[in-house]
Amino acid sequence: MKQIGVIENWATQPAERRAPAPRDPANNCVDLEPDAASSMNGFPERSVGEMFAAPNKAAGLLILLTLACLAGGLPRNSSAAERSILNVSYDPTRELYQDYNVAFVNYWKGKADQLITIKQSHGGSGKQARAVIDGLEADVVTFALAYDIDVLATRARLLPANWQTRLPNNSSPYTSTIVLLVRKGNPKGIKDWDDLARPGVSVITPNPKTSGGARWNYLAAYGYELKRSNGDEAKARAFLKAIFKNVPVLDTGARGATTTFVQRGIGDVLIAWENEALSSVAEDGKGKFEIIIPSISILAEPPVAVVDKFAKRHGTEAIAKAYLEHLYSEEGQEIAARNHYRPRLESVAQKHAAEFPQLKLFTIDELFGGWQKAQTTHFDDGGTFDEIYQGSR
Amino acid sequence: MAGTIQSNLKARRTASRRGTEEPAFVKWTLITIGLAFALLFLLVPLVNVFYQALEKGVRFYLAALTEPDSWSAIRLTLIIAAISVPLNVVFGLAAAWAIAKFEFRGKAILITLIDLPFAVSPVVSGLVFVLLFGMQGYFGQWLDDHNIKIIFAVPGMVMATIFVTFPFVARELIPVMQATGSEQEQAALTLGASGWQTFWHVTLPSVKWGLLYGVILCNARAMGEFGAVSVVSGKIAGQTQTMPLRVEELYNSSKLSGGTAAFAVASLLALLALFTLGVKTWVEWKTRRNYELAQRAEANFQSQI
Repeated sequence: MKQIGVIENWATQPAERRAPAPRDPANNCVDLEPDAASSMNGFPERSVGEMFAAPNKAAGLLILLTLACLAGGLPRNSSAAERSILNVSYDPTRELYQDYNVAFVNYWKGKADQLITIKQSHGGSGKQARAVIDGLEADVVTFALAYDIDVLATRARLLPANWQTRLPNNSSPYTSTIVLLVRKGNPKGIKDWDDLARPGVSVITPNPKTSGGARWNYLAAYGYELKRSNGDEAKARAFLKAIFKNVPVLDTGARGATTTFVQRGIGDVLIAWENEALSSVAEDGKGKFEIIIPSISILAEPPVAVVDKFAKRHGTEAIAKAYLEHLYSEEGQEIAARNHYRPRLESVAQKHAAEFPQLKLFTIDELFGGWQKAQTTHFDDGGTFDEIYQGSR
Repeated sequence: MAGTIQSNLKARRTASRRGTEEPAFVKWTLITIGLAFALLFLLVPLVNVFYQALEKGVRFYLAALTEPDSWSAIRLTLIIAAISVPLNVVFGLAAAWAIAKFEFRGKAILITLIDLPFAVSPVVSGLVFVLLFGMQGYFGQWLDDHNIKIIFAVPGMVMATIFVTFPFVARELIPVMQATGSEQEQAALTLGASGWQTFWHVTLPSVKWGLLYGVILCNARAMGEFGAVSVVSGKIAGQTQTMPLRVEELYNSSKLSGGTAAFAVASLLALLALFTLGVKTWVEWKTRRNYELAQRAEANFQSQI
């Protein structure tokens, strides 16, 4: 027994000795020499298998169960019974599409007698476009600006280059504009874009490299100065440089920037989508914020498109197409307006006229020659934004 | 981290002796500072998570957790942990075994490689997989042609999790295996046990507490990982969102109740942390007790001969 004691010690077994367990025939070593085999008889047979026996089985069962869940939970691509489409969208549309999806599922049930589910994914518009290029299989994309869908066409050939002509109004079922959100009582006296360039005013806007909203923000301010200085680009650049000198943090998406301003209380003024500003006032505000409508701003047209390649693969082209077309219907427009997007449909627009004040709006085509050109001049690496942002640090 | 166990052991054994000659007020000042920091930076945020989560009552709390997208996030988190932790146990055991028991060329490189995930930013760990398996990546076209989805689906998320949690088990086991040495195994082998028997009956029992400790840490990280998983997830609500991603999504929702719901899910992660700490303490206690028992048994044995 001495020998056994030593082995037990070495194996840091608890010292209370148990009688050696009866030999398990399954553990027999076939190629043991006779005398070695006899010493194996005395070998303490308390193995990990024994010690962890119960947990082992439980863990095994757990793994099996979860694997079964996993297998059951995986999306099956072409089952006729339950269709599912994925809407990859930008940051501030979470609530809009949560509402709209419920309405569309109902609409489609009535129209095609088919039960569908709609999945959503949200993030900075540019980041989301990148994800779709990398293989996030969106059936439809609803982005902040046309360029982010152009990229899907040019770089990954996921849809035809003329996608924007496939739906009315440049494929933008709703519009918005860029406004300024300030704290209650407007302590810094912000009235228009030029107040953002004043020293001592802290401005919150997201990063134009990753956020579509931020690009609209940038172009709105740029356009304001272009109009004021009769097209002097140098003046506009200097103006933007002064504004970005006042920006303490660049969030990656518009919603992140809103959270920074509203919930973390950073900054004097948030350059925001009108819909973000309105919903901040409606939901979080309780009179804590005021919206300042600038003298002039940009007409923001967030576009939507079916991603042909993925929709074809999933067999969901008809649903995806109807999903976007229904946005233009009275019901879709009403939901957009309720979520603070400016509706295109005249009847709905009149109903919500009080919420959306008239202001002078310029378009991106008018001042910047379209998104492709604006993107390369201002936001690509080495473009005007890089120059301005580095200069302002 | 096994180092901590060791030093804890030592601390306990020398606790009866006077540790320092400093006057009492120095001791108490240090204790106060330490406690105050722990309270301020660790306990208050933790309590706040539960306070915020239960702000709107237990019913809202339960509703927030069982809401389909959150529930799916909880399920997915468990699935990912259930796949990646066992795999890392196997990898970790193999790697630790190789490092602790054998001398070979390139051993230093292997040790460095195991530590790599600790050194690499989680964002990069995620991007690596996008660059490999994304549609524009090296294998992207092939995967796309065969309709195999890795990125923005569960397999990619599992891979990213395995990458990030790789070091935990191996790192725990290497010092324990090195400390035990190979005498026992050699003894077992001379007594005629096969390699597999030796591993199962001698090696594994001697490292089981270190192994359990590694598994617990590995699991905590697997469930809590945000960065790497976020990059490869695609953030599809109800499909590829894990608990940490769900917390962010809910917090970013402009709905008033979003914050509370976010903290409800976060409270589960906090519970996981508390559970991890509990098991960790228990394992340390167990290790210490085993050590003392072994010491006593050896003393007994010595006195017997």
